[in-house]
Amino acid sequence: MSEPLLARYADCIFWLARYVERAENLARILDVNEIFARDSRGGQDWLPIVQLHSDSKRFFAGHAAASAEAVLRFYVTDVDNPGSILNTVRSAHENARTLRPLISTEMWVQLNVFYNEMRALRPADLAPERLPRLFATIKEACQTHTGITEGTFYRDQGWYFYQIGRYLERADQTTRLLDMKYHLLLPSPADVGSPIDASQWNALLRSAAGYHAYRRLHSTNITPARVAGFLLLNLSFPRSVVLCVREIDAMLRELKSRHALRRGNAAAEELDRLRAVLGTLSIEEIVREGLHEFLDLVQSQLIAITTDLSTAFFGKAPALADASEPQ
Amino acid sequence: MADIYHDQKILRDRVLPADLILNHSCYRPAMRRLDPPHGTYVHICGTDIVRDQNGTLLVLEDNARTPSGVSYVIENRNLMQRAFPDLLKGIALRPVENYGLMLAAALAEVAPAACETPCIVLLSPGIYNSAYFEHVFLAREMGVPLVEGRDLFEADDHVYMRTTGGPSRVDVIYRRIDDDFLDPEAFRPDSMLGVPGIMRACRAGNLTLANAVGTGIADDKAVYAYMPRIIRYYLDQEPILSNVETSICREPAALRYTLDHLASLVVKPVGEAGGYGITIGPLASRQELEECRAKLLADPANYISQPCIMLSVAPTLVDGGVAPRHVDLRPFAVTGKETRVLPGGLTRVALREGSLIVNSSQGGGSKDTWVLE
Repeated sequence: MSEPLLARYADCIFWLARYVERAENLARILDVNEIFARDSRGGQDWLPIVQLHSDSKRFFAGHAAASAEAVLRFYVTDVDNPGSILNTVRSAHENARTLRPLISTEMWVQLNVFYNEMRALRPADLAPERLPRLFATIKEACQTHTGITEGTFYRDQGWYFYQIGRYLERADQTTRLLDMKYHLLLPSPADVGSPIDASQWNALLRSAAGYHAYRRLHSTNITPARVAGFLLLNLSFPRSVVLCVREIDAMLRELKSRHALRRGNAAAEELDRLRAVLGTLSIEEIVREGLHEFLDLVQSQLIAITTDLSTAFFGKAPALADASEPQ
Repeated sequence: MADIYHDQKILRDRVLPADLILNHSCYRPAMRRLDPPHGTYVHICGTDIVRDQNGTLLVLEDNARTPSGVSYVIENRNLMQRAFPDLLKGIALRPVENYGLMLAAALAEVAPAACETPCIVLLSPGIYNSAYFEHVFLAREMGVPLVEGRDLFEADDHVYMRTTGGPSRVDVIYRRIDDDFLDPEAFRPDSMLGVPGIMRACRAGNLTLANAVGTGIADDKAVYAYMPRIIRYYLDQEPILSNVETSICREPAALRYTLDHLASLVVKPVGEAGGYGITIGPLASRQELEECRAKLLADPANYISQPCIMLSVAPTLVDGGVAPRHVDLRPFAVTGKETRVLPGGLTRVALREGSLIVNSSQGGGSKDTWVLE
C-alpha cells in the first residue's frame, strides 16, 4: 500500500485540475466565438455562450442584452459570476494554496503568477483588438500549468485524482458544447444530416481544438452527424468524450490496483456503463434516438461519477468507516 | 516541566510561588501525571537572545509553546546564497538546510513506543493563518502531511486522519495550534480548529503532541524572572546565559521600584506575545507613561519590568543605504531523545530607526545568520 493521501487533498487536486481545464475551455469558446462565429451578415451572436453555461438567469439579472462587451466581461473578469475565468482561476489558485505541501513549487508559482495576471485585468484589456492575445495568454497559462504538472508532479495517488478531474471536466465541456451547438445550428430536426453553413461547424470544431484533426479524418465534407460523432466517439481525439471516459476509467483502475484503494466501486460501475454505451452505439444510432437525450444521459452519468468519487474518496458524504465519528 | 506536572517539588520547596503556576492560564491539569516519551515536553524551543551595551549575551525570552520563524532561517540562507554566491566562497559555513530532517528525526524518536514507522503530521489552523507559509515549508521539508483539525478524528483513544483509503493512524502531531484550540473536549469547547478527543489519545499513550500541552508555563514572562533560581534548584549550576534583570510587579517592592523608575524601564505584560503591549520608558511620551502607570496600578501581577537593554546593532540595508539597526537572535533547539541545536538562527531586526521592537508582526525584518565550522 502506498503512502496515504488526505481525503481533503484528493478533493482539492481533483478540483484544481477541473478549474484549470474549465478556464481553458472557456477561453477557447470565447476566442472562437469572437473570431469565427459570425453569421452571413457579419453579425455576432453571444447569447449561445450564456445558454451554453446555463447562465441566462444570472446574466440577464444584471444585463439587458447579450452584447459582445457584456458577455465577454461577464465571462472573463466579472467577480460576481462564479463561472468567470477570473473566478475559475481564483478557485484553482485557492485549491493550489491548500495543496502547497503536495504540489511542486513550480506548479504553485506559475498558478500564482497566472492568478495575479487575471486579477490585474482592466476593462481596456477586453477591447476587441486585444482579445485574441488575451485568450491566447489564458490558454497558454492553462497549458503551461498542464505541462509543469506533467513534468514535476509526483505520480502518487494525487496524480490520478488530478487526471480524473481534468478528464471529467473535459468530457463535461465537450458534451455541453455539442449539445448547445448541435441544436442551435440545425434549422430543424428534419435537417439532420443535410449540409448546412460550414463555417459554424468549423467554429464548433475549433472551440474543441478539433478542426485540423477532423479535416485529416474527413477531408471532403462536414456534416453535423460526423462532427458529433467525432467529438463523441473518436478514440484518438484528446477532447472526445469516449477518450476522456477511457482515461478516467484507466486512472480509477490504477488507484484501485496500484494504490489498493478499496472504495470507489460505484464510480467504477458508472464508468463501465458509460463505456459500454459509448462503445456500442454508432453516431447514426445516437442521432436517430435523439442526440440531446443521449448527451443528457452522458452528463448525468458524469455528475454521478463525481458524486461517487466525492463519497468514496473525498470524505464529502458520511463515509462508512467514520460515519459514527463526530464531524 | 516534568516536576510541575508530577510531584511539584519546586512549588513545595517554595522556589516558585505555587499560585503563579497553578493559577496560570497556561497550566493544564489535564497534563498531570502524564509521561511524554523520553520526558520531552518542549520538542521545539526558540530562545530569544540579545547582546547588551557591555557585549554580554542575555536571554530575553523563552518560547516553549510553538516558536515560529525557522523557515526564515533557511529561506534567508537560500536567498543569500543565490544573491551573493561570491560572498560565501572559502567560508566554512555550517548548513541550516537540514532542519527538516533534524525535526523529523526528533519527532520520530518521541513516537509512542508501540509504533515502528511512526506517522508524523503537521497540524495547522489552515491557509488563513499568518504562519501558513511556514507550516507548508516545514511539512514539505519533513515530507509529512499538512493536516487541519477536520482531517483528524479520535476513535478508541487513537487519532486517525481521513484519507482516500479510509482512516489512517497518526502517531505524532507537530501542532501549530495553541493549547486552547487543540481539543474542544478538553479545552475551549468552541474551537473549530481542533480535534475532539486528542488529549484522551495523548493520555492513553497512543499519540505524542509536539510541543506537549501546558508548556506555556515555561515561556511566561513572570516565570522567566525565576529562571536563574529554577536552574540552580534543578541543576545546582549557575546559568550559562544570564537573564535580563527583571522586576516582578506582583511583588510590592518591585512594583514600587517600577513605578519610581518608569521612564528608564521597559514594562511588558506577562501574557502577551508578538511584542504587543510593551512600553519602552526612554522612548515613551509622557502620556504613554501615564497610561502605563495606570495599567500597572490596576493589575500589577500582569506586568514585569526590565532595564532598557540597548540591543546590539547590525549593518542593515535601508532606503538611504546601509545603517545600524537593532537586532536579536533566536536559535532553535530541537529535542527528541536528546537535544540538537540548529547551527544558525533567526536574527530579527527592527527596521525602523531607533526601534527596539524586532517582532515581524510589528514590521521587523530578518537576516541570514552564520555559524562557522
